[in-house]
Amino acid sequence: MRAILLIGAIFAIVVAPMAAPWLQFVLTMAIAKGLAALGVAVLLRAGMISIGHAMFFAASAYGVAFLARGGVSDFGLLLVLSVAITGLAGAVVGAFLIRYRAIFFAMLNLAVSMVFYALFAKLYGVTGGTDGMTIPVPTMFGIVLSEPTFKAILFYGSVALMVVVGLAVHRYLDSPLGHALSAVHTNEVRLEYLGVPVWAVLLVAYIVSAVLAGLGGAIAGFAIGRVVPDFAFWTASGHLVLVAVLGGIGGVPGAFIGAFFLELLHTEAAAFTDAWNLIVGAALIGVIMFLPKGLYGLLTRSEVSAK
Amino acid sequence: MSTSILQVRDLHVEFNGVKAADGVSLDINEGEFLAVIGPNGSGKTTLLNLCTGYVRPKSGSIHLDGRAITGLTPRAITRRGVARAFQIPQLFSDQSVLDNMMLALAAKDGLWTMVRPLAQPARREEATALLDLVGLRDDKNRVSRTLPEGHRKLLDIAVALALKPRLLLLDEPTSGVSTLERFSLMEALMSALRSRNITALFVEHDMDVVARYANRVLVWNAGTVMAQGHPDEVFKDERVLKNVVGVA
Repeated sequence: MRAILLIGAIFAIVVAPMAAPWLQFVLTMAIAKGLAALGVAVLLRAGMISIGHAMFFAASAYGVAFLARGGVSDFGLLLVLSVAITGLAGAVVGAFLIRYRAIFFAMLNLAVSMVFYALFAKLYGVTGGTDGMTIPVPTMFGIVLSEPTFKAILFYGSVALMVVVGLAVHRYLDSPLGHALSAVHTNEVRLEYLGVPVWAVLLVAYIVSAVLAGLGGAIAGFAIGRVVPDFAFWTASGHLVLVAVLGGIGGVPGAFIGAFFLELLHTEAAAFTDAWNLIVGAALIGVIMFLPKGLYGLLTRSEVSAK
Repeated sequence: MSTSILQVRDLHVEFNGVKAADGVSLDINEGEFLAVIGPNGSGKTTLLNLCTGYVRPKSGSIHLDGRAITGLTPRAITRRGVARAFQIPQLFSDQSVLDNMMLALAAKDGLWTMVRPLAQPARREEATALLDLVGLRDDKNRVSRTLPEGHRKLLDIAVALALKPRLLLLDEPTSGVSTLERFSLMEALMSALRSRNITALFVEHDMDVVARYANRVLVWNAGTVMAQGHPDEVFKDERVLKNVVGVA
């Protein structure tokens, strides 16, 4: 039942821009944020809240911009290299931060992300400061594309990436390594007494989460055509936590459900009022009060009650 | 003559001036079932903490199969074949009973070679067999935090057995287990230990259990070994009767 619903939802996402072309950009951004929120959700499995993952989102987008400036123009190469750089940054930052738990982990992520933000904003000669950097339309297999063609390819490519990456993360969470990640949350002592290195479990999770945020950041950079320091600002990190909690961390689709819900709600609410944050806030309060497992919990709950 | 697999020599440890181990030396011989008895607060659990690396001694040494393990982490000592069941069960409370078992089995197999799902048919079968052994088969799909305390204790022991240890350290295995289930648990445990050639040390307060199952008893009092020997001899010792058995 759940699988049918998810396949139906993906089909709806694929055909929606054909009926309403303006949705193409909104949905591309929702997928980008969904991927990054999935990274945050992976860490939430271990009970660790990162209020700094926008740094990886931004680092990857800046990576694309720098590589493009350096002469790399192929879409695939830009994506792979920028995400690899982000994964490396995740390994370095993660090696220090996984020693901490609870509020200390959250705050240190926030602190490091603000260092990233400050560097992006202040190194004017390198990063363009608050003006940011442009990301030109890349080539694909040597073919020069028009912007509308590239944006359409980016959208459908993002949908495919969402499915493939979603399945891979599902597999990871279902593996012993993924179960060990949840076990960190409940009993680190027993995990050590099983002979499992907790630091390695967390470092792998941190790198996976950085790579997911990096994938999202690269897609967002391509979709917008520009990267600015605000990509790394703490409110952007908070937004990713919001998306993850709203969607629910019980399964991989949760992060994407949260992202689609929030992007569409934001787009619709902003059309009516400037105080769209009020509507988004009310929706979040409603979910936290009535759906502790997030929007995805609705799907799993209906499935349990149907058994 | 049996071989000693764990050698503890001149171990000292103290907490805020209170000596939990004061020059203790002891051996655990291969294949034996060694009981440690003593009053509450005498340092019995500290002995398990020292042997598994959770507490580091002030001085002294611990060797496993002739190799020093003093100062190693619990993880490193576990990987050398020492498993532990706790006085307060240490479980993954949000996960099912079966997942607790399968994660222990996967950890033993080596987590890093595991990219396939946790629930492999062979692993599920092995986990179910171990749950059968401790009488938890009917609970296998329950989330472990919903189990009654006695069953949580049994699961904790089953998780330790899943690691296929050479040496198993049990902290009060029968506490929290109902009187009716106590001896059936011990019978199952003894059978598992014998069939798997596992040496065990268990801290215990139930003297009936000690008298019935231990090959040797070690009497721990105020951080020292007051007496040791066969249960029949130890329970005749006047000092033990006065200071330990009467109050344990």
